[in-house]
Parts: sequence; structure tokens; C-alpha cells
Amino acid sequence: MNENMRLARFKLRSILNSLGLLVLAVVAIGWAIPILWALAVSVHPPDEPLSAANLWFGSHPTLANYAQAFQIAPFVQYYINTILIVFGILIVQLVTISLAGYAFARFRFRGQNILFFLILLQLMVPSSALIVPNYSTIRQLHLFDTLLAVMLPFFGSAFGTFLMRQTFRTVPRDLDDAARMDGANWLQTLWYVYIPPARPAMIAFALSSISFHWNDFLWPLVVTNSTNSRPLTVGLAVFTQLGEIGAQWPLVTAGTVIVVGPLLLLFLIFQRQFIDSFLHSGLK
Amino acid sequence: MRLRPRTPNAKKERRFRIGAAALPYLLISPTLLFVAVFTLFPTLRVFYDSLFLQNQAVQQPQFTGFGNYTALFQDPTFNQVIVNTVIYVLATVPLSIFLALILALLLNQKIRALGLYRLAFFYPTILPMVSAATIWLFMYTPGYGLVNVFIEFFHIPSQNWLGDPNLALLALIILGIWKQTGYFMIFYLAGLQGLPYDIFEAASLDGASAIQSTRYLTFPLLAGTTLFVTTIAVVNAFETVDQIYIMTGGGPNNATAMLLFNLWQTLFSFLDNGQASAISVILIIVLLIFTVTNFLYTERRDAYE
Repeated sequence: MNENMRLARFKLRSILNSLGLLVLAVVAIGWAIPILWALAVSVHPPDEPLSAANLWFGSHPTLANYAQAFQIAPFVQYYINTILIVFGILIVQLVTISLAGYAFARFRFRGQNILFFLILLQLMVPSSALIVPNYSTIRQLHLFDTLLAVMLPFFGSAFGTFLMRQTFRTVPRDLDDAARMDGANWLQTLWYVYIPPARPAMIAFALSSISFHWNDFLWPLVVTNSTNSRPLTVGLAVFTQLGEIGAQWPLVTAGTVIVVGPLLLLFLIFQRQFIDSFLHSGLK
Repeated sequence: MRLRPRTPNAKKERRFRIGAAALPYLLISPTLLFVAVFTLFPTLRVFYDSLFLQNQAVQQPQFTGFGNYTALFQDPTFNQVIVNTVIYVLATVPLSIFLALILALLLNQKIRALGLYRLAFFYPTILPMVSAATIWLFMYTPGYGLVNVFIEFFHIPSQNWLGDPNLALLALIILGIWKQTGYFMIFYLAGLQGLPYDIFEAASLDGASAIQSTRYLTFPLLAGTTLFVTTIAVVNAFETVDQIYIMTGGGPNNATAMLLFNLWQTLFSFLDNGQASAISVILIIVLLIFTVTNFLYTERRDAYE
């Protein structure tokens, strides 16, 4: 390769590189615009109509839309409901998956494989395809329009059970035996020997569970019907579809920001952890 | 074997052993109960219910064999639903994966403000789809919606994106790509960072250009990531429903109705339990094919690690 060719190649490469960076910057701006616009319009004065000439903050940014959104819809109640649902599911899940994971990791019992397989079937049949029968189950249990109805189908988790089983298997058996020698019962063994090293796996599971149920829409839409049990997602849908709101975009975007604001703030602070947890939760 | 005298102590020991044998069953019983009640039994039940005529027209469920299925496939609306779903899957999956790969390759170098780029591409992932759809409902507003402002910049007249049967599905596809590309991108970024550096060094010493080593080393080495991401993307695309509910209600003229939305509509608007069950079965079978692939693949990957 002669000197000229090398130089030409180098030039070509640096041109391609700058071109790549330019594309990247343009696409990134395009990606960011929807949320930036929503934030800007949420402080747009309600009495100034949006138009092609007046598309962003308006003449004087105001929090009036937020005040009105809170007045029209019980967003605080929706927040409480979502938090109760999400953490209610999580706490029960952590108990059930630890117990089942422990059993599958450290016990030999008849039917073990078939039972494990039956539980794993949950990974293969997505819950959204089962809303028809699950809705009638909830009706039969007289749980319609309760927080429990939103939570109940998710108390058992195949993914969590699988994860705990894999994690508990890495705990040396000697530790288990030593604990038993010292007179610990199974619960104490589980609590003091198995749970501490499984903490990172449990946190990863918790983050994926929280983000899935925080965002879930169809199931809560099906089984809730009042302010007392509606989570944020369903609450926002009801809010934007209220006749009185129509196309008052500053108000609608304020409602949206109320719903996503805290989430975005948490994401800004814990970006790394969020991304890691999403990386590890390919299986929900 | 030594015969033990029957003492109270031995009795206690035996009771303990029986208890010990039952313990693993007790431990798995909560999980098994919830999985049985909300996954296993319902799965069998939708299969069973799908064989019965059960709607406003009949008083008692009537056995109809595959009647619900034949009715569905003869119904032009349902055929439209299938076509929409397939178009949506075939458009969003490859486009967002391809874009994710390109972005990951561009981000996988020493550049300024890397964190800002990652933030810009990844934040849609953490938004609930309902909120994202609300924002995009606004983006597509006729007249001053930013999508229209953007295309008018190129002298294309403003469109009624969500009201035009020819554009509504495209509008949902754009939202789908925007929402999930960043999610797939981080899988590729993680994949790229895990690539063996020495192979690339060897290739470069042998005179391979950047494009050659991308084509012949990076792409094949990322094939595992692509398979994994594709399965997630396909399953997610088949489960598309939130944005349809928020943005179009399946319209105009069913142009955006997809499987899961149609299932919801059949159950709650048309109150047809039999057909809703048949749609569930179709959805389950389609998704089963992909989740089983995903499961087998991850199992195998775990086995290698």
C-alpha cells in the first residue's frame, strides 16, 4: 500500500466517522424531542392556543396546567394505588420465589421435574393472552375492582423461581450442612445461608418486576373500574379521554408529566442500575 | 440394619421424617397454586371455551367444535387484524433491531457526551407505553403536531396521521420503533463490549479494514444477541395493545386493530366469550412458538456459560 492510498483511506475514514457522529446527533435529537416538547407544553399558558407559531413554552411558563390536572384527576390516589400494587406483588413474589427456588435447588422429591416444568410453563404462556379466563376467575372470586385483583395473577413467578433456583444452587452445600449441624431449621437455613448471597439476583428481579407492573395497562384496565383501584397507567388513560379535556394539550401533557416525571427523575439518578436491570430482565 | 427399640424419641424422629418429606411440596405450593390458578387452568380453559358458542345470542354455551375459528377466519375484520399484526411485526422488528445495531456501533467508540446519547435513546424504554402513546397522540396532531411541522419543513402537506387509514398503522409503527430501539441498543452495546478484543487486533494486523472486521467479525459474533433480541421484539410486537387503545381505538376502519386489541374488544365490546377465547388460543399458539424458541435458546446459552 503506497503512501497516497493510505492517506486517502485515512481521509475517507475520518469523513465516515464525522458523518456517523452527525447521524448520531440528529437521531438523538429526534429521539429526545417528544419528551422535551411534552415538558415544554405542560407549562404553556392554558389561555394561549397552540399553533404552528406558538408551539413551545408560550409567552409566560406557568404551573397552572399541573394544578388543574391534579384538580380534575386523583393522581395522588393513582400513585398510591400503583405503589401498593407494585410493592404488594413484589413482596409476595420475593417470598414465593425464595421458598420454591429453595425447594427446587436443594431438595430431591418425587415429581420434582414435572412440577418444575409446570411452573416454567408460565414463561411460555403470556398473561395477556389469558385475560378472558382470568377476568372470569376474578369475577367469581368477587374481587373485581380491587387492588388484590390487579395483583393476584402475578404472585407466583416462574422467572423468579427459576432465577432463585439457579442462584441457590451456587451456595456451597457445606454451609447448609454446617447450619443444620448447629441446629438451624430449614427456615433459618434459608434465611441466614441462602438469602444473603442471593441479594443481587433478588434486586435484579425486583427491578424488572417493578418496571413491568408499574407500566402494565391491559390487565388493570380489565379488572378495575374506580378511583380506588386504578393504577397510574389506567388513570392517565381515563384522564386523557375525559370529554371535558378534549384537545387541551397543555393539560394533557401536564397529566403525562405527572405520571412519568418521578420515573424519569429516578432514571436520571440511577441510570446505570436501570440499564443493567433491563439488560438482565430479558425474560419477564 | 439395626433394629431400634420403639421409644418416644424414635416416634418423634419418624414424624420429623414425614414432615421432611412433605417440606419441599409445602415450599413450592404457593407458587404452584398461583401458577395453576392463573396460568395452567386458564390455558386449558380458553382452549375448552373456544369450542363453545357463548355470546349475547345464546342463553347457554353451545358446543360448536371449531365454529368460532371458522367464523373468525371468514370474518373480514379478523383477517384485517391478522394482516395488521403481521405488517406491524414485520416492520417494527427488523427496523428497530437494525437501527439499534447501527446506534450501538456508533456509540461503541470514544465519543463525547456518551451518557447524553444513551439517555436520549434509552428513556422511551422506561416510560409506560400509555404515557408514550399520549405524547405521540400529541406529536401526530393535525396542523401543529411536531410530526407535521417536521414534514412541512420538507414541503410535504400536513397529514391526519391517526385519522387516515393509509397512515395510522405507519404512525403506530414509528412509535413502536421509537419506544424500543434504545432497549435493543443496550443489548448490542453489552454484546459489543463483551467481544474478544484480541481477534480484532489480529484482524487489523492482517490488514482488515474497519468495514471488513465489522462485516466478518462483529456481525457474526453478535448473532446470539440478535436472536435473543428478535425473540423479545416479536413477542412484544404481537402483544401490542396499549397504544392502540390510547391513540386509535383500532380505527379508522380497523386499520390499526391488532390481535390483543381485537381480543379485548371481542370480550368487552362485543361480549363474545367464545370468539374471544378462540382469539386467545390463536395468540397463545403464535406466542408459544416464539417463547419456546427464546427459552430453548437461553437455556442453551446458560449451558455454555
